[in-house]
Amino acid sequence: MDILNALVALANFVIVPGLAYGAQLAIGALGVTLIYGILRFSNFAHGDTMAFGTAMTIIGTNALLAIGITFGPLPTALLALPFGIAATIGLVLATDWLVYKFYRDQKAKPVILVIVSMGVMFVMNGIVRFIIGVDDIRFADGERFIITAREFRDMTGLSEGLAIRTTQVITVVVAIIAVALLFWFLNKTRTGKSMRAFSDNEDLALLSGINPDWVVKVTWMIVAALATTAGVLYGLDKSFKAFTYFQLLLPIFAAAIVGGLGNPIGAIAGGFVIAFSEVTITYAWKKVLTYLMPESLEPDGLVQLLSTDYKFAVSFAILIIVLLFKPTGLFKGQSV
Amino acid sequence: MNPIYKNTALFGLVALLLLGTGLVQGWNSALLILNMGLISAIMALGVNLQWGFAGLFNIGVMGFVALGGLATVLVSTPPVPEAWQAGGLRIFAGLALGAATVVAAVIAQKQLQGRVRTIATLVILIGGFFVFRAVFDPAKAAIEAINPASTGNLGGLNLPVLLSWPVGGLLAAGAAWIIGKTALGLRSDYLAIATLGIAEIIIAILKNEDWLARGVKNVIGLPRPVPYEIDLQNDPGFVERAASLGLDPVTASTLYTKMGYAILFTIVLLILLWLAQQALHSPWGRMMRAIRDNEVAAEAMGKDVTARHLQIFILGSAICGIAGAMMTTLDGQLTPGTYQPLRFTFLVWVMVIVGGSGNNFGAILGGMLIWFLWVQVEPLGLGLMNLLSSGLEDGSALKDRMIESAAHMRLLTMGLVLLSVLRFSPRGLIPER
Repeated sequence: MDILNALVALANFVIVPGLAYGAQLAIGALGVTLIYGILRFSNFAHGDTMAFGTAMTIIGTNALLAIGITFGPLPTALLALPFGIAATIGLVLATDWLVYKFYRDQKAKPVILVIVSMGVMFVMNGIVRFIIGVDDIRFADGERFIITAREFRDMTGLSEGLAIRTTQVITVVVAIIAVALLFWFLNKTRTGKSMRAFSDNEDLALLSGINPDWVVKVTWMIVAALATTAGVLYGLDKSFKAFTYFQLLLPIFAAAIVGGLGNPIGAIAGGFVIAFSEVTITYAWKKVLTYLMPESLEPDGLVQLLSTDYKFAVSFAILIIVLLFKPTGLFKGQSV
Repeated sequence: MNPIYKNTALFGLVALLLLGTGLVQGWNSALLILNMGLISAIMALGVNLQWGFAGLFNIGVMGFVALGGLATVLVSTPPVPEAWQAGGLRIFAGLALGAATVVAAVIAQKQLQGRVRTIATLVILIGGFFVFRAVFDPAKAAIEAINPASTGNLGGLNLPVLLSWPVGGLLAAGAAWIIGKTALGLRSDYLAIATLGIAEIIIAILKNEDWLARGVKNVIGLPRPVPYEIDLQNDPGFVERAASLGLDPVTASTLYTKMGYAILFTIVLLILLWLAQQALHSPWGRMMRAIRDNEVAAEAMGKDVTARHLQIFILGSAICGIAGAMMTTLDGQLTPGTYQPLRFTFLVWVMVIVGGSGNNFGAILGGMLIWFLWVQVEPLGLGLMNLLSSGLEDGSALKDRMIESAAHMRLLTMGLVLLSVLRFSPRGLIPER
């Protein structure tokens, strides 16, 4: 019984939140990794692209709610998501045409593009604040819980409860769909294959008649869709605030790099590595250990390895440790 | 146009902008902008040393600036004897243990082979972590329990606050050495993101380790290198002199202290500029640029690229540390919560790129100009929005929205300035010669 209680406590505070957060990071990191693999620079504006997509989805959600459309027990934001994605595709394609194309044609060094993306980051951040302000916005509606702690306790007779929020399940399901679609696209379609060829060897791809402009356009579209999805999932799970998305950039980069920049499978693995290390290192293990240890050995402290405020620090410490031992990430990333 | 005339004109423009601010918004505002502009110029000088001279992509500026701020507290505040008694020695013993663990792990990495190496490293790191916590945690708790409303930390050395400026540089240099030793082997993108992360780690430590500098409880009322306004107002000699200049004593005293800071900051800026110019035109500076332009060729010529990179990384970071200490001195308080990468890292980068990377004068111009814009864009934007919406009815939703959004003009403008400079004048306002 104690072991079961310990498992439930672990699931409630570590596994379920870790899975949801990991899925959000993984979709975010996929976007960063695609840009790196095909356009060959680290996109600092990615966090703000996510914020823009989410802001657009929130506006769409409000419009739907205003005319009385809801999604039943599911958040209405899922219905508004295609609108958010379309708006974000428009934004990134415009940005590419106005800003990045010039440097691509010049064959500027990757590091120049990184600095350019910082400028884009400032502008997008400003635009998002113009559109939606700086307030904290909660836009999750519908059922809040699939199962609450009390229901779980009554059902199983255990003393520990397990609460699973709707947004957590939606996050994982949507993430699985998004990743499956992406891999199907990259492996089965003609455009997807040319994207992979372009990423592996640009010159060879050009020689075999791949249209680089089209590859770049499709990449941006996919990235916009991924960024909006990741942003909306994160916003549903926590809340939307323009500034938090900029901070989210840090663990997303860490995830992409830990997995190996330019490697989609790595990005997914990296997302979960970062998420679970953040959660387990800052979780107070006292409850779980109390169930598992004999009474005489029970811990008196919280048994927390680091305080919760060190969350971002953890993702970076892991990033640096991985980089020191595997300079191109866990799965082999590209090195330009 | 002759570059000398052009550059003088550009600096003249900054001077005009400041004079204009003085005439329109008052001299106090103008001096406030000037002082932070001087500090920003120093930060830009540090980043320019790393990026402009050596092509090192460091976006962890914020961390070094924050370390400079920490130095101000550690140098200038009085010590807390009770806290030292409660756990002073023990906390340092804990830190020493932590450091010993890392050193032991590094030695194990170097000396051992194969699976033994992995296991030994893990055992040392995990075991060391728990020993460290066992020694460190009780001491931390004991210190933080002492009068937490006003202290709760170990305090500082009670030395003159001016001394904290070089100490801030040293602290940042020390951190840069550790970071450089581990991260400088990485490629440019990876290095950038690693430095970004390390800056976040430094801020997280500043926010959480209350025994060090009170964390988010902030340290206020730091000593000042210039006289207090209230003392000046009570000084009959000063009041008389102010009256002879036609100023009331309150205004005169605020201007006097701000002028004092401006003079101190200008002295530091000029010294650093002179040093940076000497470095740029020395064989060392030429070597750095050669490494920046073609690392492989420089290595083939027998230059130790890694060692030179480490050197310039430390020097540039130290300058950022000095600037950080100066800023905290000017503010009179350390507030770790205010360190944001947008303001203390990315804005400094905008300064360097806009001013002209690789040129020290460019970095200084960029620092002053961009800081001026950063401060003034909001009132200017508000004025603009008022003008644009003047035709609209009072209280209309669009008008309110427009006026409200003026507050968000800053980031947008900074981004547009950066993007236009990168596009139309990629070498900056004062290009490298």
